[in-house]
Amino acid sequence: MKKMRRLWTIICCCALSLPLLAPSLAFAAKAEITIVADTRFIDNSILHWWAQMYNNSHLAFALMTMAIIPILGGFLGFVADFFMKMTGIDLEHRELAEK
Amino acid sequence: MEWLYMTMPIAGVNIFWPGLIILGLGVGIIGGFFGLGGAWMVTPGLNILGFPMAFAIGTDVAQMAGKSLISTLRHGRFGNVDYLLGITMLIGTIIGVEIGAQMVMWLERIGQVDKVVRWLYVVLLAVIAWIVFTDVVKRRQKERKAKEKNVEVDKLASGLDWGTRLQAIHVPPMIHFKQAGVYCSMWLPICVSLFTGWLAGILGIGGGLIRMPALVYLVGCPTHLAVGTDLFEVAISGLYGAASYTYKGRTELIAAIIMLCGAAIGAQIGVVATKYVKGYGIRVVFGLAVIGCLISVLLKLLSAEFPSAGALLNTLATIDVLGFVSAISIYITMCMVKGAQAEIAAKKLAAGK
Repeated sequence: MKKMRRLWTIICCCALSLPLLAPSLAFAAKAEITIVADTRFIDNSILHWWAQMYNNSHLAFALMTMAIIPILGGFLGFVADFFMKMTGIDLEHRELAEK
Repeated sequence: MEWLYMTMPIAGVNIFWPGLIILGLGVGIIGGFFGLGGAWMVTPGLNILGFPMAFAIGTDVAQMAGKSLISTLRHGRFGNVDYLLGITMLIGTIIGVEIGAQMVMWLERIGQVDKVVRWLYVVLLAVIAWIVFTDVVKRRQKERKAKEKNVEVDKLASGLDWGTRLQAIHVPPMIHFKQAGVYCSMWLPICVSLFTGWLAGILGIGGGLIRMPALVYLVGCPTHLAVGTDLFEVAISGLYGAASYTYKGRTELIAAIIMLCGAAIGAQIGVVATKYVKGYGIRVVFGLAVIGCLISVLLKLLSAEFPSAGALLNTLATIDVLGFVSAISIYITMCMVKGAQAEIAAKKLAAGK
């Protein structure tokens, strides 16, 4: 039940943030300056692929970023939490007081 | 020492990557402790490291989303996030940001945008600092009066009671935000977030700097809940901002990822520190951070007014931001370490008995 509620919260948040995206996408379409990544001097194959994707499609690049940021954030948060728990601190409770 | 530098694939600039981790660590600590996105510290920081301004803003917004998500998850486990309140406020924030953005367009058309935005920012920061420190003084006065009468002040009581008065306005539908312990009209958080969203839209900032004190003083949230709930909103608005800037081609995700590695550690320190610092401790340090931000904005305003001293004033603004960020980060880390040491020592003592 708790998991379902969490999932529902995430879905609601995503749905609510969607209308925010629309005007900015329309606004971005009017942008006059296009920046191109210079891939000639990138030796690393992953970075080269990444820069090439940026040059080919900003939309794909944006979608990829939108997927990577929360996944990586969640993962790093989980890892950092794991190490923090090893210190022996109680990470579930706190006293709510102003002074 | 070449290995300490990395070429960013999109911006094409050579960046000192440990600097990104340190910056991420600092903003993680401060953001997790105050519930801020921290754009006012990261954008100049990235600019100093060598990013062009457009990339500095976009990269900052992208890391802000990830960092705030990490902090929200941690705060959530402490019970510091009221998701229902966050979602309700999101409605007002979305509309407010749009109104603010439209107003910026209008100000642009009449040629007043720079002046209005800069001075509004200064006035707003001054008002927030004034509210925070007035609240601290009033709470002390309450304590003194209570001591004279030999009674104790409620541990959740605030110096300024605007939140309680606004909660008393019963306009249906009424909502009980259980986690925050707030029972009020649904319109209260919507109107407050509409106002803070409007300000954020005009100023072009994430809004955490305004929303956190608004949650405390206008909605009547306990400080810890305000910090956690605000971070939840920052995470969502940051994700939207990241999409927007990335679509415009202004995000260096590699830099954002490197910063996130530092921010993951920083966020843990910042959030766990809130366990050992009472609400007023957070409020006072927040007030000091606002003053630091205010000084930097004022110095930048002066540099625009006096171009001959522009370079010097800009340098002073950067020193101010970095100085405040370092000092506050060190203070928060010390609070966390001392608190953790005391807790572990108490546990060992209890186990030995």
